[in-house]
Amino acid sequence: MLRYISRRLLSILLSLFLIITATFFLMRAAPGGPFSGEKKLPPEIEKNLNEYYGLDRPWYEQYTDYLVSIAKWDFGPSFKYKGQTVNDLINEGFPVSFFLGMEALLLAVSLGILLGVIAALNHNKWQDYGAMIFAVLGISVPSFIMASLLQYVLAIKLGLFPVARWESLQHTVLPALALAATPMAFIARLTRSSMLEVLSNDYIRTAKAKGLSKGQITVKHAIRNALLPVVTYLGPLSAAVLTGSFVIEKIFGIPGLGSQFVLSISNRDYTTIMGVTVFYSILLLFSVLLVDIAYGLIDPRIKLAGGKKGE
Amino acid sequence: MEKLLEVKDLQVSFQTYGGEVQAVRGVSFHLNKGETLAIVGESGSGKSVTSQTIMRLIPTPPGKIKSGQIIFNGEDLAKKTDKEMEAIRGKDIGMIFQDPMTSLNPTMKVGHQIMEVLVKHLKMDKAAAKERAIELLRLVGIPMPEKRVNQYPHEFSGGMRQRAMIAVALASNPKLLIADEPTTALDVTIQAQILELMKDLQKKMGTSIIFITHDLGVVANVADRVAVMYAGKIVEMGTVDEIFYDPRHPYTWGLLASMPSLDSDDKSELAAIPGTPPDLTNPPKGDAFAPRNPYAMKIDFELEPPMFKISDTHYAATWLLHPDAPKVEPPEAVKKRLRQLSSNYPQPVIVKESE
Repeated sequence: MLRYISRRLLSILLSLFLIITATFFLMRAAPGGPFSGEKKLPPEIEKNLNEYYGLDRPWYEQYTDYLVSIAKWDFGPSFKYKGQTVNDLINEGFPVSFFLGMEALLLAVSLGILLGVIAALNHNKWQDYGAMIFAVLGISVPSFIMASLLQYVLAIKLGLFPVARWESLQHTVLPALALAATPMAFIARLTRSSMLEVLSNDYIRTAKAKGLSKGQITVKHAIRNALLPVVTYLGPLSAAVLTGSFVIEKIFGIPGLGSQFVLSISNRDYTTIMGVTVFYSILLLFSVLLVDIAYGLIDPRIKLAGGKKGE
Repeated sequence: MEKLLEVKDLQVSFQTYGGEVQAVRGVSFHLNKGETLAIVGESGSGKSVTSQTIMRLIPTPPGKIKSGQIIFNGEDLAKKTDKEMEAIRGKDIGMIFQDPMTSLNPTMKVGHQIMEVLVKHLKMDKAAAKERAIELLRLVGIPMPEKRVNQYPHEFSGGMRQRAMIAVALASNPKLLIADEPTTALDVTIQAQILELMKDLQKKMGTSIIFITHDLGVVANVADRVAVMYAGKIVEMGTVDEIFYDPRHPYTWGLLASMPSLDSDDKSELAAIPGTPPDLTNPPKGDAFAPRNPYAMKIDFELEPPMFKISDTHYAATWLLHPDAPKVEPPEAVKKRLRQLSSNYPQPVIVKESE
C-alpha cells in the first residue's frame, strides 16, 4: 500500500510537470499579453512593466525561474491586481469555493444516490419515471437558469433564503443547490443504471433465497457494489466543484476561486492562470488517487499492488 | 412415508412482448422426507421455473402462478406473501444455484454470507454465528475454515465456492434443499466431490433434496426418484430403477439413448433427439413431443395423452401405453437396459391425476 502510494505520488509529480509546461507555452502562444487593452500603453511604460515582471527575458529563463518558484509554492505576483500575489488570491478564494463545493458535493452525492436507488428499486414504475424526469431536467437545465430560478422562487417569491452575497450559512444554500443540480442528476442516473445491473446478478437471487428482506438485500448486497461507477465520477467532479464555478459565483456574488480562473484568462494574467491551473491540477490528481484507493476499499478484488503482485 | 412437499397442478406463465409463455403447464409431484427427487429435462422444459416457483423466486411480474398448490409442511406456499416467504426461504428451504462463480457476493466475506442466514433465521449473535460459520465450512470440507471464513469469494476456487454455497444453503438446517444444476458449471472430478458431499450431508441432516439437472449420469448417482419434464409438463416419473431399466415414454428413451455408456461399442453413433422443443407461447395441440417423436401416432397430434400408471410409483404420459396402441420397440440402446420389474401392474392403468 505504501509502495503503491509513493509510486502514485511520483507519477503525480510527473503529470504536474507536464501540465505546467503545456500551460506555460500554450498561454504564451495565445495572442495578446497582460498589458494589451483598448488603450495602447506608451512603449516606455510597457517596456518598464515587462522588465518589472521579467517578461523581457528569454522564454527559457522565464520557464526555469517559474519552475523553481512553483517548487517553493510561490506563484508570483498577479499582473492584474497590483500588490497581490497569486498565493493571496488562492488563499482568499479557495476556502470560499471549497466550503460551497463541499456543501454542493454532499447534496449531490446523498440525493443523487438516494434518487438512483429509489428509481432502480421501482424500475419502470412512477417513482422511476419521476426520478429520471428530475434527473434529465437537472442535466439539461444550465446552472445559470437553475440559479436564477432558485433565486426567483425561493428567495424573491417565498423569501426563504437571501438572494445573493456570501455572509452566513443561509447565504450558501441557494448557490449550493444550483451547483449541485447537475452532478446530482448525473449521479442519480449513474446509480440507477448500475443498481439495475447489480440487481440482476446471481448473488442478489442468492441473497433472496437466504430469506433476506428487500431492504437488507439493497443495503448490504446491492448499493455497495453499485457505487463503483459513482466513485469514479466523484474524483474529477469533486476537483471541479471544489475549485468553484464561474457562473454560480458571478450570479450569487461569491468571492470564490472560480471567477478568478476565468477572469485571469481574459486578462492574460499569466501568473494567475498558471497558479490556478497548477492548483486545480493538484486537486484533481489527488482526488483521482483517493478514488483509486477507495476502489480497493469497496471492491476487495481490486488490489492496490505496488508493481508486483502482492499478497 | 411422510410427504414433505406436494405440488399440485402447478401452472406458471411469463408475460412477454411476444405473448404469454406457459413455462410450467400443470405439474404435479410430491417429495417424501429424506428423499431425493431428480427433475430432468432439456433447457426450457420448465424444471428451473418449477423449482424457483417453490421458493417463490420467480419475478412477478412478468411471472405469474396461474393455478396450483405448493403444499409444504401443510402450508400452501403459492398463497404466501413475499414477507411470509422470507421466513421460509433460507430457513426451511435452502437453495443452491448453477454457477458458483456468480452466486456469491464478490464484495462480502464468505463467512459473512453464511452468517447472514444464521443471524436472520436462528437469531444468533455475531460471535456465535461466526463460530457456526467456521463449523459449517469445515462440514462442507473446506480446509482451514478459520482462515477461509475471512476471505472473499474470489480467493476460492469454483469447487470451493460451490461448497461454500452448500454451507449457506444448509446453514439453518433446512428440511428441503433445492439444487438447481449444482454441478453443471464444475469440471467432472469436482462434480463427483460435490455430489458425494451432498449425499453425505443428506445422510447426516436428513434433508430432502430436489435435484434439477440435465445430466442423467448425475441422476443415477444421487436420486431416489426421477421426474422427466418436457415442455412444461412431467412426462414420466418413477423410481431410479424404473426410469433407467423400464422407461416407457419415447422422450425418456431419447434421453437415455443419447447418454454415452461404457458398454456401447465405438462404431455406433450416439443418438440425438431431432428437432427443438416447442414454443411455449403457443403450446402445440396434443402431445408436445409428437413432432420430434419417431413413434408418434395420429392421435398424438390431436389429443393430449393421459397419465398412465405402470406401477405404484411409475407414471408416464404417452398414448403408447394405451391398450389399443401398436406394440413398438424402444431404441437399441434402451432395449439393452430393459429389465422385468416385479412391481409393475399387469396392464398400465389410466389415471386422472398423479397423486
